[in-house]
Amino acid sequence: MCDTCGCSSDGGAVIYRPGDASYHVHVDNDGHGHHQHHDSEGHEHSHGRQVALEQDVLLQNNLLAERNRGYFEAKHVLAINFLSSPGSGKTTLLEKTIPQIKPHHRVSVIEGDQQTTRDAERIQALGVPVLQVNTGTGCHLDARMVNRAVMEMGLAENSLLCIENVGNLVCPALFDLGEAMKIVVISVTEGDDKPLKYPTMFVEADACILNKTDLLPYVPFDAGVCRDNALKVNRKLEWFELSAATGEGFDVWIEWLKSKLKKE
Amino acid sequence: MHEMSIALSIIDAVTAKAEEEKAGKVTGIELEVGRISGVQSESLRFCLPVAAKNTVAEGADLAIRETEPAGKCEECGRRFPMDGFFARCEFCGSLDISIVSGRELLIKSITLE
Repeated sequence: MCDTCGCSSDGGAVIYRPGDASYHVHVDNDGHGHHQHHDSEGHEHSHGRQVALEQDVLLQNNLLAERNRGYFEAKHVLAINFLSSPGSGKTTLLEKTIPQIKPHHRVSVIEGDQQTTRDAERIQALGVPVLQVNTGTGCHLDARMVNRAVMEMGLAENSLLCIENVGNLVCPALFDLGEAMKIVVISVTEGDDKPLKYPTMFVEADACILNKTDLLPYVPFDAGVCRDNALKVNRKLEWFELSAATGEGFDVWIEWLKSKLKKE
Repeated sequence: MHEMSIALSIIDAVTAKAEEEKAGKVTGIELEVGRISGVQSESLRFCLPVAAKNTVAEGADLAIRETEPAGKCEECGRRFPMDGFFARCEFCGSLDISIVSGRELLIKSITLE
């Protein structure tokens, strides 16, 4: 049950605005079919009949993702889905990226985490609109959550929307949110074989950012090997090496991002 | 575990179809799951009966056909089996490979009563 309003939404995703305790929105998972009546009396067919469906399991998510995509395109919003394991530095990357983009383009952020509004509070300190989606027990954002968050906050024309997905290198790869591109972030404290161990994410990504390069002298991580592994899985992957903490390598990333924003 | 939300999506689609067909019960669900789709058949087998509880699909038999990954070489056009996401073309050695099978996640059919 929701501890704020008492409504029953066990495990359902909830959207919060940092610093506004009175505000929260439940992402409605309508149509689960769980309350459907199952009236078995009166049917006389003793043999079942087979009905072909040939339907993609993620059809509903994909349809909603396309609606999001249409909205983003109409408003010339560049929507980027940031994906990584927990702790690879997605929020720090956004904290360092947003101030460099803000003078030129409006920026909004959707933060995904299972619990807390901590990340959204960090982003709010930058003075940009941000909503936090808490997925509860969910391990990824889906198109419905993003749709609801976007409708709640509204987006400026010609802006950048950063969607920071739940820290997880597996499930979020499957769920299209309607973004223009997926960027996967890995850090040098992980392993240079990560692209081979979690290929689904790297196959889906448009770009990969290797973060925390300032720690390279202290860890047994070979950036070249990691890059080769990533490109083995996805030959079209754009590759960046930087440290969000020290700013090293940041210029190349910011220039690339600005060039993508110009095209919007 | 995303298999639970996948299972809920499957049940949503199946119950919607059953309603459209005015069927009172779903007795069978046939799925096609690629080996590199990112979804574990075993987890799905565990989650689906839970997701189907109190719906017209409760108790339905589940048939899952797993498809093997296969690639197509973009240079020589030939197809061959793969064991993951990447491979070198068996015929010409190119690395420009498209995955043509193994990522399916489909509801093939349902059996209604």
